[in-house]
Amino acid sequence: MSANPVFGKENVSRRDFLKTSAAVSGGLLIAIALPGCGKKPAATGEASFIEPNAWLRIGSDNSITFFCDKSEMGQGVYTALPMLLAEELGASVAQIKVEFAPPGDQYINNLIGGQITGGSTSVRDGWEKLRKAGATARHLLVAAAAEEWGVDARGCKVADGVIVSPQYKKLTFGQVAGAAAKLPVPKDVPLKPADQFTVIGRSQRRKDTPSKVDGSAVYGIDVKLPGMLHATLAQPPTLGGGVKTFNDEKARAMPGVVAVVLTSSGVAVVADSWWRAKKARDALSIEWDAGPNAQLNDAKISQTLRKGAAGEGKVARSEGDVNAAIKSAARVVRADYELPLLAHATLEPQNCTADVRDDGVDIYVPTQVQQIAQATAAKAAGVDAAKVKVHTTFLGGGFGRRLEVDFIPAAVEASKAVKRPVKLVWTREDDMTHDAYRPPAFDQVTAAFDAKGNLTAWKLHLTGPSITARMFPAAVEKAIDPFAIEAATNYPYDVPNVHVDYQQQEIGINVGYWRSVSHALNCYVAESFMDELAFAQRKNPADFRKALLGKHPRFLKVLDLVTREARFGYPRRGHAHGLAVMEGYGTYMAQVAEIALIDGKVKVTRVYCAADCGQQINPDTVVAQIESSVLFGYSALMWGEINLQGGRVQQTNFHDYRVARMNDAPRVDVYVIDSTEAPGGIGEPATALVAPAVCNAIFSASGRRLRSLPLSRHRMA
Amino acid sequence: MTKLNVNGKVVEVDVDPETPLLWVLRDAMGLTGTKFGCGMALCGACTVHLNGSPVRSCQLPVSAVGDQAITTIEGLSPDRSHPVQQAWIELDVPQCGYCQSGQIMSASALLAEKPRPSDADIDAAMSGNICRCGTYQRIRAAIRRAAEIKAG
Repeated sequence: MSANPVFGKENVSRRDFLKTSAAVSGGLLIAIALPGCGKKPAATGEASFIEPNAWLRIGSDNSITFFCDKSEMGQGVYTALPMLLAEELGASVAQIKVEFAPPGDQYINNLIGGQITGGSTSVRDGWEKLRKAGATARHLLVAAAAEEWGVDARGCKVADGVIVSPQYKKLTFGQVAGAAAKLPVPKDVPLKPADQFTVIGRSQRRKDTPSKVDGSAVYGIDVKLPGMLHATLAQPPTLGGGVKTFNDEKARAMPGVVAVVLTSSGVAVVADSWWRAKKARDALSIEWDAGPNAQLNDAKISQTLRKGAAGEGKVARSEGDVNAAIKSAARVVRADYELPLLAHATLEPQNCTADVRDDGVDIYVPTQVQQIAQATAAKAAGVDAAKVKVHTTFLGGGFGRRLEVDFIPAAVEASKAVKRPVKLVWTREDDMTHDAYRPPAFDQVTAAFDAKGNLTAWKLHLTGPSITARMFPAAVEKAIDPFAIEAATNYPYDVPNVHVDYQQQEIGINVGYWRSVSHALNCYVAESFMDELAFAQRKNPADFRKALLGKHPRFLKVLDLVTREARFGYPRRGHAHGLAVMEGYGTYMAQVAEIALIDGKVKVTRVYCAADCGQQINPDTVVAQIESSVLFGYSALMWGEINLQGGRVQQTNFHDYRVARMNDAPRVDVYVIDSTEAPGGIGEPATALVAPAVCNAIFSASGRRLRSLPLSRHRMA
Repeated sequence: MTKLNVNGKVVEVDVDPETPLLWVLRDAMGLTGTKFGCGMALCGACTVHLNGSPVRSCQLPVSAVGDQAITTIEGLSPDRSHPVQQAWIELDVPQCGYCQSGQIMSASALLAEKPRPSDADIDAAMSGNICRCGTYQRIRAAIRRAAEIKAG
């Protein structure tokens, strides 16, 4: 997803105001409260909250607690967001304790319009808010100390949670927290200029690493509650199917089985251990209703998309007159590209723990959408959202999979039925066969050159199903799904006639947001085709692009950097290079892939990635996220495809949905440009450039242009 | 009752004999550092040591364990001081972290057997452990660093 406030909330960041109240402990509770707080967020439809809103709690015991409103799924918010606070607060990052925040309108992501961790927005959303929260808290704490000392606050200094007076008297944050809570809140506390940063931009060890090397980090699957039972689910094998009838006689008689519950997502077996629940689940005899997709298969999806492509899509961008330019062209080049469905395959299978009681509902869940999770659990339990507490755990991978809430209702329904806490864990097979898959695509692209060889027209016609139409229908009622046209409408090259349109074509199954979303689809098409055009004109692919990027200094910088570092065009013997560039999430990127063709198979040996993501917060995390994104795109490029037969997903586990392992992983070299521009997103963009860079290298090596993925389909992986 | 030797302690658990060791550790003993990823010994998230060798606990019936010594991530060191854990912290290897217990157990078994592993040794020992965050490059570097720490 990208940074569009599309989900029904206007961007309110400039109208933030702060409020404080005395915390129970006598400490200072500070929150950025947003106008409209307590109102229903459009994304959830039913959430409303009674819990106190807060980012930061400073206790009289000197504890500093940050309520982290973003989910930690590997991207490093657990460290980067405290860094933003610490920079202005005058505390060390190590002093800040992180707790995951409950659902609440005060935590709405200004870039998306709901409390959502996605779209590589966490740092961008927190960039101003959290520094302001830190600065305001510091101002209050210093004012309280200065008042106690009877000195001018401007003469006081703050470091590591201690305020020092001009006379070198000291007070800790905790000592003045109670007094600070009674002071009026200043409106506009100035923020430090970038050249005074001491925390931001300096690599900081991740705060979650210690718990992730000794097994103590708690993921959803690790939740333990007193009296908790374990459950697993039998789901309709056909996507969109249902349960007709079932016989649970045998399952109920099995040891440890407590109940068999027909839920809205299938038949759940609840037992005293997960293994017993799973064994009993396998003993269920269920007659399924295949539903509307009983005849759905890959060929049919492909046909549907091709048929849909005949329609005129909604225009996403139009400049000049492409049709006229094509008509009068000296040379026209056309190509069709096709992409398959993909699974997310987070390593932690989907799960949810629910505790439905008469007095309320608690869910413990690895989720990217706290408010939607709350509303979903409330609906399943038949209670008000205010009655549902959401406890966010660490996420064993997100990648967009945990923007979905399909694993929540059955856990709630099962707990309600047995009147005990229930932890419901899907099997890997359930997870692989019941995903919201990355949308497939059928895209047509046409370009024209005039007699002098100038590129005069670029026409991109995208066809595919819309994720947002299902997830947030109100957002696309009158608009094109913004998450279908990324890396397409922002086509950066200086071409006089540009036309991009999108034809929404549904295929009968749910599709979902997948790391970098439509960037990965559209960058593959655009950057592969730009390479086709360069070769058609017998031009070096880097020079061809550079000549058309004159208006984009940030693009030129990353392009120059990566081509220099990779020695683009001069690969090692037996190797070939391919190039791709993209802007996404406010980050500019260029990648060079180095490959070798060995016995007709592609071996990706190295990926060089240059990035300008503006101001970095935790530089080591920027590098780690690029390494991670490259590998994620690499797995998909090499082997990723979900196939359907009779409406059933054919892949079931990691033997037939292959992902990169240690021995296949290319070396990734990352080069980040120093910048004080506003921060760009970093968790996703690099995923999108891998496929075109590698396919362009394959063309360079073999003359074969691959216009569909994965490579394994072409027997090249 | 089944007797098990886990992290240096003998414990008795009441489980069905065919239950995979993974679920005995997680559900019966509360040792949730060992993760469930695939249930087919394909991903390595459930890796533990059996008499010092790495095994996939999701495919090992508890009845087959007998009195062999089981070590889980919780028992690798009392204080994250194992060289592999130190190196993992130093290089900030984990991202989502879900696979890392398994990675660390595979890596520590490798180093116990081969104190100076080659790249090929690392590939052979680690390719059964999937990381969806793609931390392989750092895992490789951290194994080398752990070898140095171990050598002193």
